[in-house]
Amino acid sequence: MRKFGFSISQTRSIDLDQIDFSCLDELREAVPTFMVCINCGACTATCSAQQFSDFNIRKIKTMLMQGQYEGLAKQLDKCMLCGKCTLVCPREVNLRNSIVNMRRILTKKNK
Amino acid sequence: MSKIAIIGAGPAGIESASMLARSHEVLLFEKSSTALSNILDKAYLFPDFSSATDIADSLNSKLINENIKLMLNTEVVDIVRNDSEWKIVDKSGKNYFVDAVLITTGYQTFDATRKEELGYGIYKGVVTSIDMERMIKYNQIVNSINESPKRVVFLQCVGSRDEKSGNRYCSKVCCVTAVKQAIEVRKMLPDAEIYIFYMDLRMWGQHFEELYRESQEKYDIRYVRGRISEASSTFDRKIQIKAEDTLLGVPLKMTTDLLVLMVGMEASAGTKSLGCKCGIEGEYGFIKTATPHLCDNETSEKGLFVAGSCKRPMTINDVINDARSAACLISEYLR
Repeated sequence: MRKFGFSISQTRSIDLDQIDFSCLDELREAVPTFMVCINCGACTATCSAQQFSDFNIRKIKTMLMQGQYEGLAKQLDKCMLCGKCTLVCPREVNLRNSIVNMRRILTKKNK
Repeated sequence: MSKIAIIGAGPAGIESASMLARSHEVLLFEKSSTALSNILDKAYLFPDFSSATDIADSLNSKLINENIKLMLNTEVVDIVRNDSEWKIVDKSGKNYFVDAVLITTGYQTFDATRKEELGYGIYKGVVTSIDMERMIKYNQIVNSINESPKRVVFLQCVGSRDEKSGNRYCSKVCCVTAVKQAIEVRKMLPDAEIYIFYMDLRMWGQHFEELYRESQEKYDIRYVRGRISEASSTFDRKIQIKAEDTLLGVPLKMTTDLLVLMVGMEASAGTKSLGCKCGIEGEYGFIKTATPHLCDNETSEKGLFVAGSCKRPMTINDVINDARSAACLISEYLR
C-alpha cells in the first residue's frame, strides 16, 4: 500500500465504551463514600501537598472515576497523608483512606 | 363558629389566619414581640427586588380583623389532643381549647460560628447573608475598619449540603439570594470587585436564571466554581481565602475586604420542640407531613396541620401558597 505521508492521530476524547473500570470498582468497595463527591474542591484548597507541588487530589479522583489511570500512581506519591482533605470535605468522603487504597490498587495494576 | 390556633406569626401564619378568619375564630400565637421578624430582617426580595417592608406591611394589614386574636410574646409549649378538641398550653401555663391547630413555626438561619474555619464571629470582615441584608437595608456596606470595601466575596452553601454541620439538604434560596445581594452591592459600590464562589448554581425558580444572566451581563459579577475551605485574617485586617478553581483544576487564594457567608435555613427552635412534642418530627428537625405529594399540609394527627418553612426550606411565595392551601384544608376539615 502506498504511504501518503500522514498518519491518523489518536483521539483525545475519553471513550467510555473502552474503559476498564476494575480499579474504580475495587476502590468503591474499599471506600464506599468515594462516589458521593460533588467536586467542590475544598480538599484541594486545603491540601498541604498542593502548596509545594502540582498535586490535585480532586483531579486525581475525577481521573480515576473516568478510568484514566496514567500517571496517577506517581501523582499520589506526593500526598503526605495529613488528612486535612478528609476534615474539610462537606460530603464526608474518606479521602485519606481513598488515597491509601488508590496507591494499593494502582501499584497492583501497574505490576 | 369554630376556633383555630395558629402557631407562629410569620407569612404562613398571617396568610392562613386572614383566610380562615372569614368564617372562623383564629388565635394567632407568636413567641417574640413582633410578627414577621424573618421578613423584616430583609431589605429587598428576589427575584424582582420588591421591598420587604412593603410586603410585611401588606401582610400585617391582613391582621386587622375582629376574628383574629394576635398574641405576641406568647410561646406555645405544648399541644395536646383532648377528644375532638385540642388543648394549647402557653409558657405561662395558660390553656386554650380549639378545634384545629396549624403549625407555622418556620425556620431559623444556620449559626455560622459553627463553621469555625470560615472565621465568622472571629474576624470582623466575615459576615452572614443576614448581616449583608441589613447592610443593604441601611446602605452601610463596610469592611472590618468601617471603610467601603473594594472587594466583596460571597460563599454559597454555608450550613447547607454539608455533612460536617449535619445538614445534607439544599436550602434552596441561597443561590439566588447571593445573586440578588451581589447586584445590590454593585448598585451601591460601582467600583468594587464582586465574586460568588459556588458549587452548583441552582436557579430553579421563575426569573432566577434571568437574574443570574443579568448579574453577568449588566453588573459584572464574577463566578468561581469552588468551595472556600478556610478564611484567615491578614495583617491589614483583610480576609484571606483559599479555594480551588475546580474548572481549571488549580488552587486559588485571594484577599477580600468582605466575605459574605450564605447561611442556610434550619428548623426553628419552636419547630423542633413542637414537632417532637406532637410526634411529627421529620428529618433535620423539620416537621413531617402525612405524605409528600397529596397530603403535604396534613400530619399523622387528625386536626393538626402544618404550613410554611417549618416543613422544609421555602421561598416567601411558596410559603404564601402553602398557607392558603392549608387554610382551605382546615375549612374543609371543620365543615
